[in-house]
Amino acid sequence: MDKFEKLTGIAAPMPLVNIDTDMIIPKNFLKTIKRSGLGVNLFDEMRYDREGNEIADFVLNKPQYRETEILVAGDNFGCGSSREHAPWAIKDFGIRCVIAPSFADIFYNNCFKNGILPIALPQEQVDVLMRDAEKGSNARMEIDLEAQTITSSDGDVFTFEVDEFKKHCLLNGLDDIGLTMENVDTITTFENDVLTDRPWI
Amino acid sequence: MSTPKTLYDKLWDAHVVHEADDGTCLLYIDRHLVHEVTSPQAFEGLRMAGRPVRAPERTIAVPDHNVPTTAGRDDPKNMTEDSAIQVAALDKNAKEFGIHYYPVSDVRQGIVHIVGPEQGWTLPGMTVVCGDSHTATHGAFGALAHGIGTSEVEHVLATQTLIQKKAKNMKVEITGKLRPGVTAKDITLSVIGATGTAGGTGHVIEYCGEAIRDLSMEGRMTVCNMAIEGGARAGLIAPDEKTFAYCEGRPNAPKGEDWDKAVAYWKTLFSDEGAHYDKVVTLKGEDIAPVVTWGTSPEDVLPITASVPSATDFEGGKVEAAQRSLDYMDLKPGTPLSDVEIDTVFIGSCTNGRIEDLRAAAAILKGKKVKDGLRAMIVPGSGLVRAQAEEEGLADIFKEAGFEWRLAGCSMCLAMNPDQLAPGERCAATSNRNFEGRQGYKGRTHLMSPEMAAAAALTGRLTDVRDMM
Ligand code: SF4
Repeated sequence: MDKFEKLTGIAAPMPLVNIDTDMIIPKNFLKTIKRSGLGVNLFDEMRYDREGNEIADFVLNKPQYRETEILVAGDNFGCGSSREHAPWAIKDFGIRCVIAPSFADIFYNNCFKNGILPIALPQEQVDVLMRDAEKGSNARMEIDLEAQTITSSDGDVFTFEVDEFKKHCLLNGLDDIGLTMENVDTITTFENDVLTDRPWI
Repeated sequence: MSTPKTLYDKLWDAHVVHEADDGTCLLYIDRHLVHEVTSPQAFEGLRMAGRPVRAPERTIAVPDHNVPTTAGRDDPKNMTEDSAIQVAALDKNAKEFGIHYYPVSDVRQGIVHIVGPEQGWTLPGMTVVCGDSHTATHGAFGALAHGIGTSEVEHVLATQTLIQKKAKNMKVEITGKLRPGVTAKDITLSVIGATGTAGGTGHVIEYCGEAIRDLSMEGRMTVCNMAIEGGARAGLIAPDEKTFAYCEGRPNAPKGEDWDKAVAYWKTLFSDEGAHYDKVVTLKGEDIAPVVTWGTSPEDVLPITASVPSATDFEGGKVEAAQRSLDYMDLKPGTPLSDVEIDTVFIGSCTNGRIEDLRAAAAILKGKKVKDGLRAMIVPGSGLVRAQAEEEGLADIFKEAGFEWRLAGCSMCLAMNPDQLAPGERCAATSNRNFEGRQGYKGRTHLMSPEMAAAAALTGRLTDVRDMM
């Protein structure tokens, strides 16, 4: 998995609440058996018309946001399905960090497994960053995972919370399965005990 | 005395393999359900790392999301190319890794969340996961069940565990009795209407109260199915005699001595008196009406007797979202919901594709005809539900009424197969999501119970089913 340490990049504003996984990546793009290549279809129905032409006033189509690496969004981002195609599409587009007042659980977890940092901040702070993001490509936000800080282009600094274990994995690009495999003996012991107690499992 | 525990606490404690200092746990997974859309990349990951499936005997796969629901579908030529590729990948992975498998040609094939309970794979006290958010359905059995992403699918395949932190406890109590015409679907939609789609975020919901106890297992599955729409990681209902009766004799349920042992254990699965909940929501059963959704979020719920709201009825970020919904749904504030005309009816999905749902719809449709020009479709949740509905004569009622009688699958719930709304079409649907484009590009979805969808099919508009009873 890709490491995430520091990121300085363009942030795009998407003030909508309840941005769901169907908006992030519509289901017609779920029929792939690969993880890559979904970036062109990120937010597909908001981004393109039926003929496949770009819709000019959608934020990621604007010249100043084409290199977006950070998304600032409304409450309950990523609600809906468990499809990991949503973070895959976000990552494939080049976005490595999403900032919102809150996230849906499964989406939040899926981000970490794909080298994306989701940051939940109080609404007032998101509002400040939203205004900063509206300034376009001149305003670059800085995210420091080690220090757990976001610095806006105006120099406002906000600290954020992140689970220690998830932070550790993201900073070091660690793969969960490899880590769990280190505990394989514990799993075997547990499995044997369970099968004695609950043989129907 | 030991601290009183909730049902969730008990299920959690029984599955912790390892707990790190920061509270991150390795949770043992008893059942892993797999479908064709969220698994190919996970199997590919295993293959690349040279890892086997750790517990193939606890892993069950079935294609459902993008299989066609029309005759001749076991011939890949009748699928779109990319659907056929995904189904073929599942066929191959199931064989290669030696997991249980119900191919498209098997009468037991169906929507993964209907097949699991039907085959007795889902049992009380288990942990159940699937790469699909509606895994919450299985919580109706008092099993801890939730959706996972593809990386986690790979993790469970490889290790039979999941890395998790414990969620908070939330209690949703529905007191008293439901009024006539009010169903499990109205309960679950009304809860989301009351708490919002983020109301349960970070929590596991336990549904309880007289109205929940009174529900059949099918109804309880409908309620838990939509826990995710309320933001919760999982929904739970404590098992009781109804649960045991449903499980007994199912192909993969324990038998003989093991059965007795299992029931004795299952009877310990309830929340202790005085157990702590971080959040409590109570609704009165009598206050719940037949509801429909008007917008593009499952929280946009109103009784059928209400009118379309205006964006200014809301606050904060929801004002813009509500306006966007109204525009998308092409609805004018103040219009009575029962004046909204529809052109499509979809009865099916893992929310309402079980036999009881079909019986309820048939009771409304019997001897009547769907409104002229309307497209109406019934998609049973599994091949076995379909067979039973045929045996009970329900299929004939549907066909005579003018419904298409389809083969099992997810179908128009998410429109990954050819069953889709055209732009601008408006559908009365028994599924669980009314997101933009969910049932087809620019399609418009109103969520409701099977009874209400059947009533809408007869009149061609959103209809209060109580007027037909
Ligand atoms: S029926 Fe709909 S919600 Fe249920 S598993 Fe299929 S696509 Fe998902």
